[in-house]
Amino acid sequence: MTTAPALLAPAGAGGRVGRRGLFRRRAAMPGLGLTLGVTLMWLGLLVLLPIVAVFVRSLGLGPAHFAQVAFSPRALAAYRLSFGSALAAAAINGVFGLLIAWVLVRYRFPGRRLASALVDLPFALPTAVAGIALTAIYANTGIVGGPLATIGIKLAYNPSGVVLALIFIGLPFVVRTVEPVLADLGQDIEEAAATLGASRLAVFRRVLLPEILPALLTGFALAFARGVGEYGSVIFIAGNMPYKSEIAPLLIVTQLEQFDYEGATAIAAVMLVVSFAMLAVINLIQARERKWRDG
Amino acid sequence: MRSATTESRSIRALLIAIALLWLALIILLPLLAVFTQALDKGLGTFWAAIVEPDALAAIRLTLLTAIIVVPVNCVFGMCAAWAIAKHDFRGRDLLTTLIDLPFSVSPVVAGLMFVLLFGANGWFGPWLIAHGVRIMFAVPAIVIATAFVTFPYVARELIPLMSAQGKAEEEAALTLGAGFFQTFWHVTLPNIRWGLLYGVLLTNARAMGEFGAVSVVSGHIRGLTNTMPLHVEVLYNEYNFVGAFAVASLLALLALVTLAAKSLLEWRHRDSIAATGH
Repeated sequence: MTTAPALLAPAGAGGRVGRRGLFRRRAAMPGLGLTLGVTLMWLGLLVLLPIVAVFVRSLGLGPAHFAQVAFSPRALAAYRLSFGSALAAAAINGVFGLLIAWVLVRYRFPGRRLASALVDLPFALPTAVAGIALTAIYANTGIVGGPLATIGIKLAYNPSGVVLALIFIGLPFVVRTVEPVLADLGQDIEEAAATLGASRLAVFRRVLLPEILPALLTGFALAFARGVGEYGSVIFIAGNMPYKSEIAPLLIVTQLEQFDYEGATAIAAVMLVVSFAMLAVINLIQARERKWRDG
Repeated sequence: MRSATTESRSIRALLIAIALLWLALIILLPLLAVFTQALDKGLGTFWAAIVEPDALAAIRLTLLTAIIVVPVNCVFGMCAAWAIAKHDFRGRDLLTTLIDLPFSVSPVVAGLMFVLLFGANGWFGPWLIAHGVRIMFAVPAIVIATAFVTFPYVARELIPLMSAQGKAEEEAALTLGAGFFQTFWHVTLPNIRWGLLYGVLLTNARAMGEFGAVSVVSGHIRGLTNTMPLHVEVLYNEYNFVGAFAVASLLALLALVTLAAKSLLEWRHRDSIAATGH
């Protein structure tokens, strides 16, 4: 029961499973030097060196110049859009992701397996494909966007298009994080609460929600972290107007195309810092959850 | 007994309906749109868009990238999992976190990093130019950027699996005189083969579908450095929607095959874990 595959969700799974200690006294396993060496070399060259390059180049700009390009009005507008829409999309995914996880775990209905398989599609579908497909459906000419446009709702080529794309991208993170926790939840406390006269809604709010809250928060944070950096699915549906519907990753691309490496690097450094902060938060939530579960 | 912990029939039906409607709107409709748009002008136009030389070049480049990146990250993933799951050493948790880093980096930022290293103004740029080595806006940069974004998949699939399996079987083999490679090949590998395949599937899907990171480093040279996702973008921006969706439908098909294989594996995978564990 320990290894419901956490799928692509970053961080944590490795630690959760470790039931070590049983054989710790025995002789050491061979191959540590070789495998650790390969791991550290590949990690260092492919991941750490490039990340260090961004920060070193940013430091080279000097604080004043860095602040000027990293927090220019256009960059600030792009951060606002990226973070704001990622937050909105993660919140919407929190609600619908929980609902979908609940329905998949608790109810039996025709098409359940197909629905469950569909949830994973955003993990497997290339983002550019998702972007043009969402645009085809939700633009004014699309089968959902068309009727919506006649009642004055426009979902494509404006910030709501960004949110829509990020909802698509983030949904499986919430569902797949909450699902195993829901499935593991014994029904005995629910039964106890119900026997003591609690209504179904009260049981959900007072008994179930506290149990699944850490997983829900983790899923929310994963969806948010993914959404902030998302590029491929967003640019086709966003409209990409500077100050209005231009996400931060797109601004980096635009500046690179104009050979403005300083601006692009500074914005990238800001996004990296935020990503790492998010990673720390996610690890913290998971560590707390683990501690609370184990002891 | 059961009725105390579930909802009334009507509430259940309502919740199921909302969940299915949401999935249909957010995921199913866009998926279907890829195929209907691709076949909008008939099978002939669809086929012409795929066998057109630039599309074929994009397909070849995408396959080439995956053929290089998947085995490399596979070997790395196995090394990392062996080191982390079968040993205790200081900094093990830190290493696990570092391996996950590429997941939290925006693909565009990942691409930019390699511009900073290999671009004309980059750390290694002048040296590379002086020695006539072309990395940026060429196939090597595409491969490197793809390797970065797919870096964690195999490792993070294998680490929990190998930790859960413990070391008893390997220790038995070692006691009987087997060496490291023998032990790994005959004892560990058979135990992790489904998990490994699972990781390979995910790595491959991401490698073939990566857009942001590759977009930054490729230079978008038609017929030369356009992968399939980049070719989709080019066609789409030229208002060649049928062409864009035709190539996109191949990628969507890849995603569907990946998901089907993944579901199948998860089903078998769960069995193999249950057999070794509880």
